[in-house]
Amino acid sequence: MAGNGDGVTLLGYWASPYALRVKWALKIKEVQYEYMEEHLPDKSPMLLQYNPVHKKIPVLVHKGKPLAESLVIIEYIDEVWKHNPLLPQDPYHRAKARFWAKFADEKCVPAMFRAFSKVGEEQAQAAEELRENLKTLESALEGKQYFGGETIGFLDIAVGWIGCWARMNEEVAGVNMIDAEMIPLLSVWFQKFLELPIIKECLPPQDKLLEHTKEFHKMLMMATLT
Amino acid sequence: MAEEVKLFGKWTSPFSRRIEVALKLKGVEYEFFEEDTFNKSPALLNYNPVHKKIPVLVHNGKPIAESLVIMEYIDETWKHNPILPIDPFEKAMARFWAKFIDDKFWAIWPAVKKAMTSGGEKEREEGIEEAQLHLDTLETQLKEKKFFGGERLGFVEISASLIIWIVVSQEVMGVEILTQEKFPALHELTQKFVHDDVFKQCVPPWEPLVAYFKAQYWGAVAASK
Repeated sequence: MAGNGDGVTLLGYWASPYALRVKWALKIKEVQYEYMEEHLPDKSPMLLQYNPVHKKIPVLVHKGKPLAESLVIIEYIDEVWKHNPLLPQDPYHRAKARFWAKFADEKCVPAMFRAFSKVGEEQAQAAEELRENLKTLESALEGKQYFGGETIGFLDIAVGWIGCWARMNEEVAGVNMIDAEMIPLLSVWFQKFLELPIIKECLPPQDKLLEHTKEFHKMLMMATLT
Repeated sequence: MAEEVKLFGKWTSPFSRRIEVALKLKGVEYEFFEEDTFNKSPALLNYNPVHKKIPVLVHNGKPIAESLVIMEYIDETWKHNPILPIDPFEKAMARFWAKFIDDKFWAIWPAVKKAMTSGGEKEREEGIEEAQLHLDTLETQLKEKKFFGGERLGFVEISASLIIWIVVSQEVMGVEILTQEKFPALHELTQKFVHDDVFKQCVPPWEPLVAYFKAQYWGAVAASK
């Protein structure tokens, strides 16, 4: 049974960026955990029990107690395992990191999804919105190597996945999402971040993810036709 | 160094009110700047260029935006009278529920606003129905989980006060949305915000608040004729 004793269990899905960012947090903190794959769209009784409110992964179970919502989980991990801190110490910088993570989740991600799932004018508008919002996100780098400074931190792992998914999404949906001319600094950061061994080794197999993205896109396109 | 705390907000906004409650619970002196949505001050646009919205807290010249982010900042900067639980798991649960409430509100409020400002009978009915669908989700969670202890005004309780704005809109429109019959747990909660001495501070003065939204509502009704 998951979560016995002091153990840590992560319920996830291989193609989920939200589960991925929790994996990154656990990896950085060197936390031993048991990973349980949900075979979505089927949801296991365990998932439904541990996240009855949203019925979604990721769910972290620690000492038998479940937590949902990936950024909530990451902050919890940061507070329980204090070495290799993810969030900065200073309250103002913590607030900035939280602000930008929220911005990315609420402004960049939905725009990316719309650019991926829509066609025509709607798609073009969504893609433009995404590119502009990524430009705004770039300003949060403030000339640093990573959002966390010299090393990666909370904001890097909160938003870094977008670089991987956007590249795949723009190839499949045929619309520009990462405009290197528009976001030169963010483009470089995406590349650097995703190349870091600790980050790269958790990424889902890229060919499998591409297939998955293509299938998902096909399904969405068929739905818009009916 | 003397603390300089400024809050850019609106007395009619639940998100602005939350910050005032948090500052008051901490005993922090602050200067309040009332913003006009249709005529935003250069200061606000300077301090929150990304969203151009209230509330914005400016502490010794440093701006922080997004109400839950601001509340966490306040809790971390002024450490006495904690708003969030100390235990990491309880803290995580508080964050989870505050986010849940906010997300639900952002589904409910546009529906309520549609009902309040569209001026048309049909749109009003549709808006109310939509709002009740989302209230149902909140009711279920509140009933089952009792998502907060309820006695102390903490992070989740302060966040949940925005439910009062639904009650205000009922009075404004003269319709029932959040009925005791359909939503007993939510109704009990709203009563607490209206009657309890401590919880009361989460809500602006009732009559002026109702009058403010009434003006918007009847303005829209008149415009639609």
